[in-house]
This record gives sequence, structure tokens and C-alpha cells, in this order.
Amino acid sequence: MKLLTGNDLKSGAVTWWDGVQWSLHVEDAIDVGDHADTILARESAARRVNAAYAIDATKDENGVRPAHIKERIRALGPTVRPDLTLKPADPAAGQWVI
Amino acid sequence: MYKYDTYDQAMVDARVEEFRDQVRRRIDGHLTEDQFKPLRLMNGLYLQLHAYMLRVAVPYGTLSGAQMHALGDIADKYDRGYGHFTTRQNIQYNWIKLDEAPDILADLAKVEMHAIQTSGNCIRNTSSDQYAGAAADEVTDPRPYAELIRQWSTFHPEFSYLPRKFKMAVIASDTDRAAMRLHDIGIQIVRSDAGELGCAFYVGGGMGRTPMIAPLINPFVPLDQFITYAEACLRVYNRHGRRDNKYKARIKILVHELGKEEYTRQVEAEFAHLLTQNIEPPLAELERIKAQFADPGFETGLSDQLDRSDPDFALWVDNNCVTHKAPGYIAATISLKPIGGIPGDASADQMRLMARLATQYSFDELRVTHAQNIVLPHVRKDQLYALWQALDEAGLGTANLDLVGDIIACPGLDYCSLANARSIPVAQKIGQRLAAKEQQIGELKLKISGCINACGHHHAGHIGILGVDRKGTENYQLLLGGCEGADTSLGQITGPGFDEDGIVDAVEKATELYLSTRAEGERFLDTYRRIGMAPFKEALYG
Repeated sequence: MKLLTGNDLKSGAVTWWDGVQWSLHVEDAIDVGDHADTILARESAARRVNAAYAIDATKDENGVRPAHIKERIRALGPTVRPDLTLKPADPAAGQWVI
Repeated sequence: MYKYDTYDQAMVDARVEEFRDQVRRRIDGHLTEDQFKPLRLMNGLYLQLHAYMLRVAVPYGTLSGAQMHALGDIADKYDRGYGHFTTRQNIQYNWIKLDEAPDILADLAKVEMHAIQTSGNCIRNTSSDQYAGAAADEVTDPRPYAELIRQWSTFHPEFSYLPRKFKMAVIASDTDRAAMRLHDIGIQIVRSDAGELGCAFYVGGGMGRTPMIAPLINPFVPLDQFITYAEACLRVYNRHGRRDNKYKARIKILVHELGKEEYTRQVEAEFAHLLTQNIEPPLAELERIKAQFADPGFETGLSDQLDRSDPDFALWVDNNCVTHKAPGYIAATISLKPIGGIPGDASADQMRLMARLATQYSFDELRVTHAQNIVLPHVRKDQLYALWQALDEAGLGTANLDLVGDIIACPGLDYCSLANARSIPVAQKIGQRLAAKEQQIGELKLKISGCINACGHHHAGHIGILGVDRKGTENYQLLLGGCEGADTSLGQITGPGFDEDGIVDAVEKATELYLSTRAEGERFLDTYRRIGMAPFKEALYG
């Protein structure tokens, strides 16, 4: 599947296209199929996302999982600072990245 | 320390307001990201994996207490309570908001700091010896010359769009503590047989994907001509450096392809021409700068004795402190490498504490080292124990300078958009694995980069580690035999790479071989140079 990701213009936070808007949570991301370029052009022009691009991912019973480790780190946060990730209370969250 | 004059302050203040307007125009849509990106990069603002990252210049690594205190306050006010000191003697903040970036620059300007030319294809912040002004072995304090380079290179119109970024280092000792020969231009201030000071120019060094050791192109440029000579070096590079291929655009490639002799010939011809143009800053300006780097008021008649009855303190003194040029004083390094910690990171509270301790114990001076530590350069020996107690209480008393736990590591894939693999977890695991043996192992400089750009200086590590992307998974190459300094050498890859746990095992095996093989007084590097790669390969892969 194809996901769209970028950064919020003002905060720089990593965001994911959920079909309607840009979410902070990769779990919300949807498969954009062949529509990546169209959505990216529209959303970038409206400044709702910055430096956005499409990535490969898979989806199973555990949810969406970006194919590359770089995107999984973007989705969670730095593995060396669990307190600064999106799931600071989940000690196993870092394992999802690896 | 150098204090801004009205010109310095006006330039920095104007730059803040210019960037404030650029940010406003980006947010309201008058600038696209493609238009804005080069503008933000000129102000040190990157877009990294999780957020914007701001790189702040620390000229030649020198900070006042007030400046370090401000860096701590910025970490609290605009970031997430910490900062990362880098191998370029700078500091980076990892969680910056675009609309707050101009306010950060304004706060920096209040303490005579900025982020100008910390990115882009221009002359970057000049590196220097972290013990400058304190070292017993220097022929002069190199910082006034580094400051003159800062003033010459800042907003230099001819060198704002070079083929590629450009890094300079200035030292004034035979012992190179700034990896001088791994810079685009390395300058060593030397004293001639006649007693005159001049500059030895080394040009064309660097790390990255094509590591090279800079050759000496001129052993003695008079001090009153050294800016002109640097200008000549840059002009030849700007004229012939490749702009068609960013991987071949650094000056090291030009010097290599032209050959040292031809490059030098062209520089000398340009230098001869420039001497007729009178571009050298007036000596009065250099004297004005030098006056601001006068020695602080060292007291005389102080004892050189230390009470070493506390063994933990004695260990810290032996590992982290070096001889000072003034009797009764010592230069102390604060390790930012606690066991299992993140190399180079300091919390806001730690930064403010180091600022206070610098004011109390070190004439209000601190230095950032290229090994990602902090130096208090002028500490009275009779106050050293009190200083160490304060540091130790704050988790800053680790006694591991230049030991295997004193690992240089780039931010790696945990933060950096260029990285292929994580550096920090590898550093943490190695530090924890070998902590109990590090005193036994002795000097061992271990350096980790998360990609070929080599921000972690892996080519120059006695043991170097390079993280690569192997079909979407992290893999780590091991290098042995690198070294910065007077005997600079580049590390050689041992063989096939390892996974994250495998590279930790491999480093341990290499140290075990060293311990079982070393001759009396040999460091790891000495043993490697004596016995060569083969025994290490056998230990790792046999």
C-alpha cells in the first residue's frame, strides 16, 4: 500500500494523510493507491503539509507499518528517547520500529 | 573572549528581522518551500525526521557563561529541555517550531550568538583547539585568528555560493586536537626559526564518502597575509570546483584531481595577484581582536599540588584534566558521555549548571570540543575538587575522556533525515558493554556515523563504525586504525558488516585481541599499527 507523509508547516511535526486531513498518527493513514500525486499537489499548494511524499507500507492485524525503518522512526519518534515519542507510556513501542 | 562591536551586533540583529520576515512570508504562502528552503538553511534551520532542527554556531567552540546559560534557557523555552553538542563544536536543537525560530535567533543575538552559515555551501563555523588559550604547548592563542576568519567569511559575497560546504580549522600546537588535517583548510600557526609566527596551510582534507588527509601546500604564510592566502585558496576552488556532481564538489576532490602541485601553483599565482589588491584586514583589526583574547587574570604563586585522597576524584583528574600553561591551573573536561547516555546531549539544567560553574571556577569561559564534550579551560587546582563534586552531583563527573566510553556519535537515524542507520543505540550498547574494562583498555577513540557523510568522524576513529542501509535494515561496517592529529590516518574496513548486536560483539572482540596482544605502553591504535589488520580479521571473522 501507499501512504502519504510530510511535516506540519509550522510545527514540523510528522503527519500522515488519513483521507480527510493530516494526522499525527500513522495508524490513521490510508492507502492512497494511484492518487498520491494529485493529493500531494493539492495539499502542498494549500500549505496543509510541507515536504510531503509517498511511501510504501503494509497493513496487517496490527495495523499500518511503513516498509522502511526511517519511516517507522518518523512515525514513532526517536528510539533513544521513549519519553519524546508519541507513545511514551508504552515501553514496547520501540520494538515496533525494529 | 571576543565581544561584538556595533557592526557585529547590527549585522546579527538585521539578520534576525530579515529571517522573521522570510518566515512570515513562508507561513502566509508568499514563499514556496522550494523558495524558502535555501533561506532557512542559511539560518541553520533544517527539516529533520521529527521536526525542524536549528544548528547554532559556537565560534571556534568558545562560550561565555551567559551564552551557555542562554543555550539552556532556549532548550527549555523552545525545545524539549535539551540540546545536542556536535562534532563541529556547535549545538543543535531537535524540536523547533518554524514560527518560533526567529524568536530563538533574537534570543541568541542578545548574547552575541547566531545560526548564520551553519548550513549551505559557504564557509562554516571555524573549528579550533578546545584548549586554546590554556594549552601549555601552543605557540599562541589560535582564537584571534579564527575570529578574524569568522569576520572575513561571514556574508563574504564571493564565497556564499561555493560548489559545496567549506570547513576550516585553526590550531597553534603540534598536537592537533581539532582534526585539522581533515578539514577543507587546516591552518597550523607555527613559529619559524627566526621567531616569527606564520601559518602552515593544509588544504583538501575531509571525511565523508571520499576521506582524504589534507596535504601541506605552504609551510609558512606570514600572519599579516594569511587571510589573503585563504582567499586565494578559496578563489581557485570557487573557480574550478565541480558544480555538476555534489559528490565530487568538495575541495579535496579538486586538490586530488589537479594534484597538490598544480593546485598550489594556481593558489600561489592568485595569492601574488591578491597581494596587489590590499584585501588583508588591517593589522589594527587583528590587534583589536587579540586584545579581547588576553589571558584572564591568572593568580600567581598558586600551588600545583592536588589532594588526590578521594579515588574517584583522582581518577577524574587523571582522565579528564590536562596541563595548563599557568602554574596552579588546570583545564578540565566535562564528559557528556555518561555510561549508556546519548553522546553530546545535555539537559537545560546541565547547561545552566555548567554556565554557573564556568563563572565560578573558570573565568566565565567554556569550550565545546569536537568530541562532543565541554571544557572549563582555566580552573584553579585548589578549587578543582569542589568543581568536580558539583559536576558529579549533576551526572557530569564521568571520568572517561578518550576512553572507549567517550564515543563520538552523530544523531543518526533517530533524528537525521540523511542517516541510514542509528548511531546512538550502538554507542550506548558499546559503552555499557565495555564500561568495566575501559580503564584497563586505556585510550581508544571510538567514532560512529550513521551514514557516509561521516558527521561522527568514523574514518578518524581508532575504531570507527559506519551505519549503512542494507536492503532496508541497519548494518554496521567496522573500521580500524583511523586517527586524527599529527599522525592522522584513515581507518580501514575490516570486512563484511554486522547487525546492531553483532557490531557490539565485534568491538568487544577487537578490544580483547588488543588486550591480549599489546606490548608495554601501547594504545589500541599502536597495537593495530604494529600487528596490522590480519589478526583482527581473524578474531572477527575466523
